[in-house]
Amino acid sequence: MNQATNEAWRRGVSGIPKAIGNAPCILRRSFAVKLLLGLCVGVSAAQSPVATTSFLHKQAPQFVRTDFENRKLDLRAYRGKVVLLDFWATWCASCQIEMPRFVAWQSQYGPRGLQIIGISMDDDPALARKLYKKMKLNYPVAMGDERLGQLYGGVLGLPLTYLIDSQGNVQARFRGEADLNSIEEKFKTLLRP
Amino acid sequence: MSKRSHKLFINIDLPARRSMIMVPGTAREPGTNGLNSLQGNTMKFGLAERSRIAAFLIFAFLSFAVQLRAQFAPAPAGSAFSIPEAQLLKPEALIQLLQTTNKDKPLILQVGSHMLFAQAHIPGSEYAGPGSQPAGIEQLQIRMNALSRKKLIVLYCGCCPWNRCPNLGPAFAKLREMGFTNVKALYLANNFGADWADKGYPVEPGN
Repeated sequence: MNQATNEAWRRGVSGIPKAIGNAPCILRRSFAVKLLLGLCVGVSAAQSPVATTSFLHKQAPQFVRTDFENRKLDLRAYRGKVVLLDFWATWCASCQIEMPRFVAWQSQYGPRGLQIIGISMDDDPALARKLYKKMKLNYPVAMGDERLGQLYGGVLGLPLTYLIDSQGNVQARFRGEADLNSIEEKFKTLLRP
Repeated sequence: MSKRSHKLFINIDLPARRSMIMVPGTAREPGTNGLNSLQGNTMKFGLAERSRIAAFLIFAFLSFAVQLRAQFAPAPAGSAFSIPEAQLLKPEALIQLLQTTNKDKPLILQVGSHMLFAQAHIPGSEYAGPGSQPAGIEQLQIRMNALSRKKLIVLYCGCCPWNRCPNLGPAFAKLREMGFTNVKALYLANNFGADWADKGYPVEPGN
């Protein structure tokens, strides 16, 4: 069940201020309704890219880090490329679902100017490095911190991906379990033919 | 059907009526063996169609059965879905609780990522360690050991979508195991940013 459907049925069975209602019978009866809701509105409502007012069409905040291969990771150095800046963590299952697709995109669209950059929001760098190797990520990944998170308006939930054009401007923000096909369509329009 | 139209229908001769029920492209002109070939074609077409319908029905039934099983199967251990619905608290409800409770304010604990907590958390809340890690559960246990088992506790995380949160379920289970009887979990459908901070509810940074 996706989040939007979840939210929809929770709204339906519970009131405020009392805690969410314990109504298993209602839940069972409303199964068909939930299914329909999920089919009709779930995907579109939860997965549309939301661009922040503060960043949209403005310069992406600059940062310099050291990546997991001990190389300097300077966002400014990628000017001229379309950057997909992905905030992730090892405890974020949705982030790990996205990773193989990111690896494929880097291989497929790298020659056309796409550069994926990963920023781990893990508390423990060792866990992040382990997953980096396990997933065979073919793009630079560095550790983030609360300062970098706040620089990007607060990374208060994952996954979170920013699309930055070749001029360094933020074109879109994809928050939560995004529709990867939509992301692909969006960045393809910015790539070289 | 009116009497007039009925009369018209019964006056149509047999070949004409046959041509009315023929599927275009499937039957020959009525004549020698025309009816037989029509029946044969109809039979072949019917079998194929029936097979397709049967396959579709089986597929639909299996899909429904899988959905139904997922619906009624117990939530996996550790999932936020394992928390009883009666113990969930909506953000609006927590705000009201904080505004109305004077004497016995709830103890609010964040049991997810410290990096998220340091960026923004509910004012007055404490960081209690990630519920998905043994070290986090131990940290939670140490913090809670001396407290009254009747104390109102509100747990929250908001690291990721509710159905993916690895932290709340184990933390909630631990507190119940320790004997706490008044434990609530803040229901954040998507994450802390979308369901709390972006809605204008109070946050503060810091450790």
